[in-house]
Order: sequence, then C-alpha cells, then structure tokens
Amino acid sequence: MADVKKIATRESYGNALKELGAAHDDVIVFDADLSNATKTNTFQKAYPDRHFNCGIAEGNMMAVAAGVASMGLVPFASSFAMFAAGRAFEQVRNSIGYPHLNVKIGATHGGISVGEDGASHQCCEDFALMRSIPGMVVMSPADDVETRAMVKAAYEYKGPVYMRFSRFGMDAVHDPDNYTFEIGKGEVLREGTDVAIIANGLLVPEAVKAGQTLAEEGISAMVIDMATVKPLDEELVLRAAKTCGKIVTAEEHSIIGGLGEAVCAVIAESGIPCKVKRVGVNDEFGHSGPAAALLKQFGLSAEHIAETVKHLTAFSAD
Amino acid sequence: MTNEEKKQLQIAACKVRMGVVEGVHAAKAGHPGGSLSAADMFAYLYFKELNIDPADPKNPDRDRFVLSKGHTAPGLYAALANRGFFPVEDLKTLRQIGSYLQGHPNMNTVPGVDMSTGSLGQGISAACGMALAAKHMGKTCRVYTLLGDGEIEEGEVWEALMFAHHYKLDNLWVIIDNNGLQIDGPTKVVMDSGSIPDKLRAFGFEVAEIDGHDFDQMEAAFARARETKGVPFAIVMKTTKGKGVSYMENQVGWHGKAPNDGEYEQAMGELRAQLVELEAE
Repeated sequence: MADVKKIATRESYGNALKELGAAHDDVIVFDADLSNATKTNTFQKAYPDRHFNCGIAEGNMMAVAAGVASMGLVPFASSFAMFAAGRAFEQVRNSIGYPHLNVKIGATHGGISVGEDGASHQCCEDFALMRSIPGMVVMSPADDVETRAMVKAAYEYKGPVYMRFSRFGMDAVHDPDNYTFEIGKGEVLREGTDVAIIANGLLVPEAVKAGQTLAEEGISAMVIDMATVKPLDEELVLRAAKTCGKIVTAEEHSIIGGLGEAVCAVIAESGIPCKVKRVGVNDEFGHSGPAAALLKQFGLSAEHIAETVKHLTAFSAD
Repeated sequence: MTNEEKKQLQIAACKVRMGVVEGVHAAKAGHPGGSLSAADMFAYLYFKELNIDPADPKNPDRDRFVLSKGHTAPGLYAALANRGFFPVEDLKTLRQIGSYLQGHPNMNTVPGVDMSTGSLGQGISAACGMALAAKHMGKTCRVYTLLGDGEIEEGEVWEALMFAHHYKLDNLWVIIDNNGLQIDGPTKVVMDSGSIPDKLRAFGFEVAEIDGHDFDQMEAAFARARETKGVPFAIVMKTTKGKGVSYMENQVGWHGKAPNDGEYEQAMGELRAQLVELEAE
C-alpha cells in the first residue's frame, strides 16, 4: 500500500479512458472545452480521432452522445459535475435516461473540493439529480484503483451511467494487487460492531481515518466504501444496520438527496431499529478557498466523522 | 418525378393526414396542426427518400430520421403505419394507456422510430451524434431531422447547428417546417426568429428554400443535398399549419387540440374526398 499514488480521481479517469481506448475501438470521448481539466485530454492525445470537442455546449453534447450511442458506439461524455448533471440535466433525462441509451457520463470537479472557483462550480447536487432519473447508475470512486476499475465496469455495463470524479487528490485506500469492483456492491473496508460509517468519494479515506481514531478510543466502527449510490447495495446497508444499530453516512454532497438520504430510506422502510446521522454539505452553498481547508470547514473530515459518531453513540447510550 | 409517382405520394400524404386525424381524435389530445403541415414531407421521406425497410427496422445501415419536433408524432406514426412498420389500425391507440404509440416518439416501443424525442431542441443534437457516428464508422447512411420553426427558439438547436458545421456533417440533413405558428401565436409575435435561411447560412449550412407541399421542389432540394459535400444541408420549407383540413389551416388554435366528433367527421370527409379524387385520376 505504501507506494500507492495519491492522485485525483479525474486524473485516474483520464488514464482509465486511455486504457479503455486501447482495448476497445468503440469508445468515443466527448468534452465541452474542459479536456485539460476533466483529463479527457489524456485520451485525446492517444486517440485524437475518437475525441470530439463539443465546445461550451453541454446540453448539445449529452444529446449528441445519445445519438452516437444509438449507433452502437460507447460514448463517454465529460464536463464538470455542475454542467454535466446540472446544466444538461434535461438532456440527460430525456435523451439518455428515457431511451436508456448506453452513454457514460464522466463528471469531474464534483463537490466542495473544487476549491477556489467557488459556489458556482461546487456541485453538491449531482447525486440527487442523477439518482432521480429512472435506470441511471450513479457512482463515485474513492481513489485511483477504484476509478480505473469503475470506468472499465461502466464500459462493460449496458445502459446509462453517471460517474463523479474529484479535482482534489486524497489518500488511496485500495490495494491495486487484490481489488475487484462490481457496480452496485459496497465494500467493507473495516469490520466493526458499534457503528457503521458509509462513505463514498473523498470521504472514504476520511472514514477510514475516523475508523482508526475511534478504534483507539474503544469504539468499533465498520467502514464501508459505497461507491455506487444507485443502485444502492441495500443488503450491505441492512447488514450494517443490524450489526451496529447506528450509521453515519459521509459524502461530499448535499445531505439532501445523496448517499445519506438513500441509506436513510432503506433503513426506514426495513423496520430495523437504527439511528442515522448524515455528514455532508448542509443546505447551503460553498465558497472559494483551498480544497483542503474547505473540506475541513464544511466538516467533510475524519475529525468531524469521528465527532459525529461519538455524538451518536453518546446520544444512543442515554 | 413522373405524374404517377407524384400521385402516389399525394395519396400517401392524404393517408398520413387521415391517420393524424384518426389518432388525435381517438386520443382526444395531440398535435394535429404541425403534423398536417409536415404531412407531405413525412410522405416524401417515408415513401421515396429514406433508405429503410419496414421488415428490418433496426438494420444498422438504414437511414435515420429524428423527429426533433416530437409533438408531431401523429404525423410520423401515420407515415410509419402506412409504410408498413405497424398496423394502421393501431393509430387509434395513440396516447392511450398500454399503447406503444406514446404522446411523443419512443424509440424503444415504436418500430421505425430512431430516437426518443419530445423535449424541443434535443432531437437535432441526437441527429448530429448519429451523423458523426455514421462518418466515424464509415457508414454511408444519412441522417434526417425535422424541426419546427418555433423549436428553433431553443438555444440547443444553434449549439447543434454549430456542431454540424464544425464536424462537416454533410450526411446530416436538417428540415425546418416553417408554418409560422407556435402554441402562443404567430412566431413573429411570440419570438421573431427573422430570416431562418439567412441564419442557417450564417451557421455554414447550404440551404434550400422550398414550398413544403410541393413534391417536385422536395425532389430538387434532396438532389442538391446529395451533391453538397463538406457542409451540412438544410431545407427550410414554407408550409401551412393544419394543411388539408379546411378549418384547421393557418389556425393557431389547432396546434395542440383534438377535433370533437363533428369536427372529426368533417375532417375525415374532406380528406376522403381528396383521396377519392386522387385515386380516380
């Protein structure tokens, strides 16, 4: 594990696309004037005849990708999460989701860790938007290893997929030598019995750190990487609920409509007694600043996850 | 075009119009006005122009047609049914629960429909994607897309037009049904788009301006399109909204309204008379 590189998942996405392009001629990549930032330029350099810039026109790009998919090719369309899921929502809904076309959306710059660009670019609503589209797979990886496996899995899967990647690099949690990825399956990174922390994206390494801290304080925390927000691994959520009776969710997304609410819904409908607290961006916009500082400020950190767990455990003991 | 060929197209167009009236009347909802203005183009495309086979609707090398103005599905469905993609009788199930003939085209339920559309402005983008993919895959098929003149108020249309020119999609043929009316009134009153042909030329298109009820002019325009290389081609056709049903012609109120039983009888009577006359010639 020691030599695992700390790189942003957008970087991993670009590399994964290039690997995919080498193996499959039917992979076509679209971008909307952000190739250097989304890292689809890595693919572009290798396969310039299969990379198409759409200019600053994300709505058109999504419906173009739909048309390309209808011809039997496998398009990956990329922009920032704000524009892929936000601006182009209706094209994704009507031209990709409704006909269930085989389009893969690679959205980078998700969440608050976009940093200095500020609230206009810090999309914390994409899981909510994309989850609401029938048949849409929604995922967000934690690190390089998971990203590369996820992109391959998205290619193999037939149907629309939304993947959210980060601008900001975090610590890796996966061992490249023995890792497998399956869409819709969560991964238990640490077993535990007192509380379960269910996280995805950048919050996974933070959840792992929180798990370690809590262990030192005598709290046994199960840590789950829930990279697929939809379809949610309900079986694993319920196992965590039954085993621990307490769950803390952690995501770089609004607490409205994301992983946290998805977990709450499954638990509420199961009848299993389980308390849940959501760590995420509260009902507010972000602002400019360095990513690391923003993540701390918004409570998207190992410390805040651990505090939340302790509050939940103390509250439950009353 | 021989006179006989033209007569057959006129008969096909008349049957498309009858299918539109049948469907919209049975559904008690739908969009007759724009379906009727484009009925002659639907007939021309499906009975002369498109390389398609009702027995093999998913043939990978077929021409594609994207109805970007998806609300005129009754016209598309009537053309497909009369061309043999599905029974004409099914047109009466339009918009009913359980019918595969949804209010707007669904590519997964209707044989012959190449793209699900309905939200204006998106069909032309999908058509661009098809044309780009066809070129990339070395296919010689063409992609046709039909838009309304109200639809072009959507910004996405202009994004798509830029894209088509940028990628030299000379296998993409854009047809604009210029009937001059949209839901809220005349396009010139609601949102004046000025000269559509001039705007298309400014976007790098080769443009033909035709009478959308004249098959000879359609034939000439498509012949020009075949000769045009390196740039996309557009046909702007002047049409009469509601064409073929006297009381619907040029009436904005018939954009999205179904005829009642009396109006239905009158419309079908007029169209049957046109058909009898054509078949007697």
